Amino acid sequence: MIKNYLKVALKVLSRRKFFTFISLFGIGVTLMVLLVATALLDYVFAARTPEVHADRMLGVYQLTMQGKDDTETAPPGYAFLDRYVRPMAKLPSVERVALVTGSQTVVSYLDGRKIQSELRRADGEFWRVLAFDFVEGGPYTVADDEAGHFLAVISETTRDRFFGGQAAVGKTIEVDGQRFRVVGVVRDVPVLRYSSSADLWVPVTTAKTSAYKEEWLSGFYALILARSRADLPQIKAEFQSRLREAERHLPDPKTFQHLYTGADTLFEGVARMFLPAGKAVANPGARLRAVLLALMLGFMLLPTINLVNINLSRILDRASEIGVRRAFGASSRTLVGQFLIENLVLTLIGAAIGLVLALGVLHGFNVSGLIPQAHFALNFRIFFYGLAIAVFFGLFSGVYPAWRMSKLRPVQALRGRSA
Amino acid sequence: MIHLQQVGKLYRTDRVETTALDNINLEIGKGEFISVMGPSGCGKSTLLNLMGLLDEPSSGSVALDGKAIDGYGDRALSRVRNERIGFIFQQFHLVPDLSVVDNVEIPLLYRRMSNRERRKAALAALDRVGLGSRTHHFPTQLSGGQQQRVAIARAIVGRPGLLLADEPTGNLDSQMGDEIMGILEDLNQKEGTTIVMVTHDPRMADKTHRVVRLFDGRQVQ
Repeated sequence: MIKNYLKVALKVLSRRKFFTFISLFGIGVTLMVLLVATALLDYVFAARTPEVHADRMLGVYQLTMQGKDDTETAPPGYAFLDRYVRPMAKLPSVERVALVTGSQTVVSYLDGRKIQSELRRADGEFWRVLAFDFVEGGPYTVADDEAGHFLAVISETTRDRFFGGQAAVGKTIEVDGQRFRVVGVVRDVPVLRYSSSADLWVPVTTAKTSAYKEEWLSGFYALILARSRADLPQIKAEFQSRLREAERHLPDPKTFQHLYTGADTLFEGVARMFLPAGKAVANPGARLRAVLLALMLGFMLLPTINLVNINLSRILDRASEIGVRRAFGASSRTLVGQFLIENLVLTLIGAAIGLVLALGVLHGFNVSGLIPQAHFALNFRIFFYGLAIAVFFGLFSGVYPAWRMSKLRPVQALRGRSA
Repeated sequence: MIHLQQVGKLYRTDRVETTALDNINLEIGKGEFISVMGPSGCGKSTLLNLMGLLDEPSSGSVALDGKAIDGYGDRALSRVRNERIGFIFQQFHLVPDLSVVDNVEIPLLYRRMSNRERRKAALAALDRVGLGSRTHHFPTQLSGGQQQRVAIARAIVGRPGLLLADEPTGNLDSQMGDEIMGILEDLNQKEGTTIVMVTHDPRMADKTHRVVRLFDGRQVQ
């Protein structure tokens, strides 16, 4: 029976070439956009070098200090993280805690050339929480950071810019008026790696002043590496209790009385940035997920309506066939099944087209260098999402026309009328 | 075989109410070959549709093999149509996207049987109507007479006890009409199939056992 349905489905599609083209184009382009968007999101949030442990890593990316008249939100400061988050490394469920700044643009002058680089200041644990791919030398240590040694790890691109691709370990690099000895070279990290990307990384203690040590709000993040994924809820809860403790020791209690933030996965951290500051939000990721889902459904609505319309006219076109099948014993339910299968065939062909288009667009992204050092690809998971979207498309756009068809009485169908 | 008792059919629109059939009482025995005649619009096709369970009467009841089918749901009606009734239409109603043999297989798709059994039965039905050599043609590649033979093969492939034919020769020339009529007579005589045929043609009606005449939705003979 299925073979017969497929045969009819393919014949019907080839009979009305223009409508088939419009349908496939709509499905293909929609899926292409969704697949590309999914690939981009996957690239940002999935575990990849150097954030290979993203699935058991939490970050403190943002802190809100709130008083009666004033609210301030920014990445947390060293003082807050050093006192209340770094000691969490002693918890049995936590493997390590690292502190790192956001990247800042610094300038160097080399033989009269101005070179701009992105710099992060990171402690020694940073290199053990993340798994950078070293091509030369190695990282600096916790002791180096504590001692304030002027050492630097640089990216391959930075090595090319400063040393013309020659070995760089042991050489000196000058940025922002400070001189650092290069101890390691790592493979480039794309800018989309939120907690780690930069052109060079130097110890926190090499900052030009020590004012950062007293700041509760400045440009730092804490990265908490759990021993296992199962430990994350417990660590989040522990973080909240430490936050309440920190609230009792605020530096300016007259202005600010409350602290809000969370130990978040990267996805939750990004979600928190879109939420109104000054409120305790238990699960920020759920909201972002809901927004993304709503956007995706909204985007799919137009081609779905188009497909519903085309399907309705296809039913009218095939009233005689429906009448014959009803006369010879097909129940409404059987015909609805046939129609949904046909629609699935159409959408799966559209999905295949969407997949090819998405591969082309992602290849275009990679070749164009629009996002430096990024390499987008479609993996099995994204393909599975695409397939799920296509099946949803096929069923959703087929249900209403199939329902209309099921209302068609055999005698009406044989006369070529719609219900 | 089939019993219609005080059957009426009304068609209602927003403005008018049309009586298509009024108080029809009809008993058709097993193995009978009956023709239904009357002027256009007198309710012949409506009567056939009611007998074939393609439409519901507005009043009265239809019984098949002694069982009233009032109150049957969609699945039960579909099953009765599939197992006990075959249809032949004036416009053939073949599915243009399917080959001849695939068209003939349609009624068997809704039964539990293997692909091989289904194909074997379809080829046998095509042989029965003399189209064994055209199994993989498409309907548009056949003449009107050949298309109607395919439609007959489709109607008999499930071996139904009742065959309902709505002007089966109406779209054919007289020679092809005679050929089709020959096949129907053969089915009736050799296999005992009960046949109810709507026709305008008195020549065809003369070949049947009994003629039912309708006029303005009423049975006049």
